[in-house]
Amino acid sequence: MTQRISIDPITRLEGHGKIEIFLDDKGEVANSYFQIPELRGFERFVVGRPIEEMPLLTNRICGVCPEAHHMAAAKATDAVYHVDPPRTAKMLRELLYSAFYCTDHTTHFYALGGPDFVMGPDAPVAERNILGVIHKVGLEIGGKVIQMRKYGHTVVEMIGGRKIHPCTSIPGGITKGITEEQRKEIEEMGRWAIGFAQFSLQVFNDIVLGNKGYVDLILGSVYTHRTYYMGLVDENNKVNFYDGKVRVVDPNGKEFVKYAPHEYMNHIAEHVEPWTYLKFPYLKNVGWKGFVDGEKSGIYMATPLSRLNASDGMATPLAQAEYEKFYATLGGKPVHQRLATHWARLIELLYAAERWLELVTDPEITSPNIHTKPTQVPTEGIGIVEAPRGTLTHHYWTDERGVVTRANLIVGTTNNYAPIQMSTHKAATSLIHNGQVTEGLLNMVEMAFRAYDPCFGCATHSLPGQMPLQVTIHDSAGKPIEVLKQYC
Amino acid sequence: MTTNAKPKFAMYWAASCGGCEIAVLNTHEKILDVDANFDVAFWPVAMDAKYKDVEAMEDGSILLTLFNGSIRNDENEHIAKLLRQKSKLLVAFGSCACEGCIPGLANLSPVGDIVHTAFNTITTDNPHEIYPRTSFDVPEGELHIPTLAPILRPLEQVVDVDYYMPGCPPESHQIAAVIDLVIKVVKGEAELPPKGAVIGAGDSTVCDECPRARNVKLIKQFTRIQDIAPIDPSLCILEQGIPCNGPATRSGCNARCPQAGAQCIGCYGPAEGVLDYGARLVTAFASVIDAQEPEEIDRILDGIPDPTGQVYRFNLAGSLMKANANAFKVKG
Repeated sequence: MTQRISIDPITRLEGHGKIEIFLDDKGEVANSYFQIPELRGFERFVVGRPIEEMPLLTNRICGVCPEAHHMAAAKATDAVYHVDPPRTAKMLRELLYSAFYCTDHTTHFYALGGPDFVMGPDAPVAERNILGVIHKVGLEIGGKVIQMRKYGHTVVEMIGGRKIHPCTSIPGGITKGITEEQRKEIEEMGRWAIGFAQFSLQVFNDIVLGNKGYVDLILGSVYTHRTYYMGLVDENNKVNFYDGKVRVVDPNGKEFVKYAPHEYMNHIAEHVEPWTYLKFPYLKNVGWKGFVDGEKSGIYMATPLSRLNASDGMATPLAQAEYEKFYATLGGKPVHQRLATHWARLIELLYAAERWLELVTDPEITSPNIHTKPTQVPTEGIGIVEAPRGTLTHHYWTDERGVVTRANLIVGTTNNYAPIQMSTHKAATSLIHNGQVTEGLLNMVEMAFRAYDPCFGCATHSLPGQMPLQVTIHDSAGKPIEVLKQYC
Repeated sequence: MTTNAKPKFAMYWAASCGGCEIAVLNTHEKILDVDANFDVAFWPVAMDAKYKDVEAMEDGSILLTLFNGSIRNDENEHIAKLLRQKSKLLVAFGSCACEGCIPGLANLSPVGDIVHTAFNTITTDNPHEIYPRTSFDVPEGELHIPTLAPILRPLEQVVDVDYYMPGCPPESHQIAAVIDLVIKVVKGEAELPPKGAVIGAGDSTVCDECPRARNVKLIKQFTRIQDIAPIDPSLCILEQGIPCNGPATRSGCNARCPQAGAQCIGCYGPAEGVLDYGARLVTAFASVIDAQEPEEIDRILDGIPDPTGQVYRFNLAGSLMKANANAFKVKG
């Protein structure tokens, strides 16, 4: 007799993601399915639109990370016209992007993922939120978090024209530069951001690393998968968010492949299942072997943790020191424990803040040379950036007028769909025995995918990481016999 | 007085990108005003979303619901109807709910094409032509996902709407002003605008709030921004030959994109009194063309590579055309 458990985040996401768990007649987990019930079809309706509109239209895939789509699309439009934007234009785009990263990673750590650690996974539900963090760490932290978000959005607006859905990146560069006055303001905010990132790492150090229970939780097997790891790297194999090559390391940490954006389709394929609207990307040259980890399975991960695993370090000094401490503490590379992603995210926050300062203090950042006029016939182009939630690929084909004839998008969270399915399955399997479902299951499963910071706004529509669950246990006739609820 | 005495507030997202929610969160301290003056009954992004509790509420017991996102599948439709029933005031919040927004461009294709395209991209490994199925038998049981509707619809095509708040997303300062107004209404210090009004926006056009100089200059050709960037920082963008949607688009954003050196793409929807956004825009474009001969006019208009997308970019699903609306058998 099969029992059925629906973990349906319908209360927060209203059907934008749900997990179905089936038990066998012994009450053990027979199988589980993480379903994505939504499709908007951007790849179809961008066809027929002018290529320069891609950075504007694809913003609307996700209002949480529109900057990532704006940048990937803009780089793809450069490639379509075979044009290389001036150095200043590229720096301005990356500066905007670095400020955005600071805002985004801050939101995730303090409001979404971090509370599990700062408050502890066993803390009462009512305390595992940003207010609980403020009470524990001190009132001033709330003000700092708001300040960081405001500063990030201010820079996005100064360079991108708007706080949400920026509008200034075009084929060949950017529509407006910054003045010396603005530059000074951005520099001041950047210096503050570095201090904020260091403060955040200190919070993590004191509260999480200082607590053996938390460290054991991070290192525990429930949240561990040995997969491939993906991340964008610069010419020195250091983490880069805006530009470079995509590097993939195998579960032993050895480089498996390093590819340029235009080669992505030789390396990535997407698997289809009929029970969900989202596809499962995997490494083509390893192959799809089902929802299993290990060297023989093409499943890979693309998150802050995977970017650290896939690189040889960080390109800025303070972040590099944290990178070294990270691997020294967790026992070397690669780190397979998914919960370490939260720590990795803070190291990236520090890198983004340092990079922000580097860029804004470059003597050429206020140069008026911000656009290269395209002169070649537009054809086909691919743009790749690291979205906070994973490697983001935009690929467009156009006719000779630069009107899109075909498109392919592989977005951040989608990369992690198979790992998320595996992680939630493993958490469920570890916790459900003899048909007994404990309240603890809820948070344990929730933590399993919150580590990925899933943004189904990209895949569908939700905000990242916020997945309160409703578990409904059905008897064999499909009748609900018990309902458990939990919210962030 | 207990918190139960406060009026109830709700906010919900249907088919949306999350940007409307971020815009609300970006009002910062205004969120605290909402909390102080309302009993937040249902707001998935900010609190426990007691969906079952909403079903259990009395009809009309929520004073104000801000509904963002459009109606893409049967589940979106179900919740739109539920919230209509439970709310005194239902606001179509943001471009998706008001007029369909960018995802409304999907209405140019049959829904089957949309699914077929997504599952046959260059990287999709799909030799057996597998597509998502709303009901699917796995060895352990049956799995369900919602059914995509034949077309994407704005909120008013599914339920009665009291107010419209445009923008993609609405600007945070406009959201803050609306929150202030509603609080005044609750306190008896202000009156509600008439039903059907557009709130949180201006009543003129983006051009009217754009600082760029208009010289009533006529153009011999349309051009594309990448071919002349960076554009003149002080001159009207349309008069520089770039199709700018300012003349037909409602004011309220402070001409944000034109001020950043980019054309208005029309995210605030039709200006006051504009019956059909696309028709108004075509008129505006025609008025700057410097030509008399039909052939010459055609040649100039050919400089707009995607006329449909240009004039209905955000507004297709809400336009007079209501693309493929007949595909739906909507009951009264």
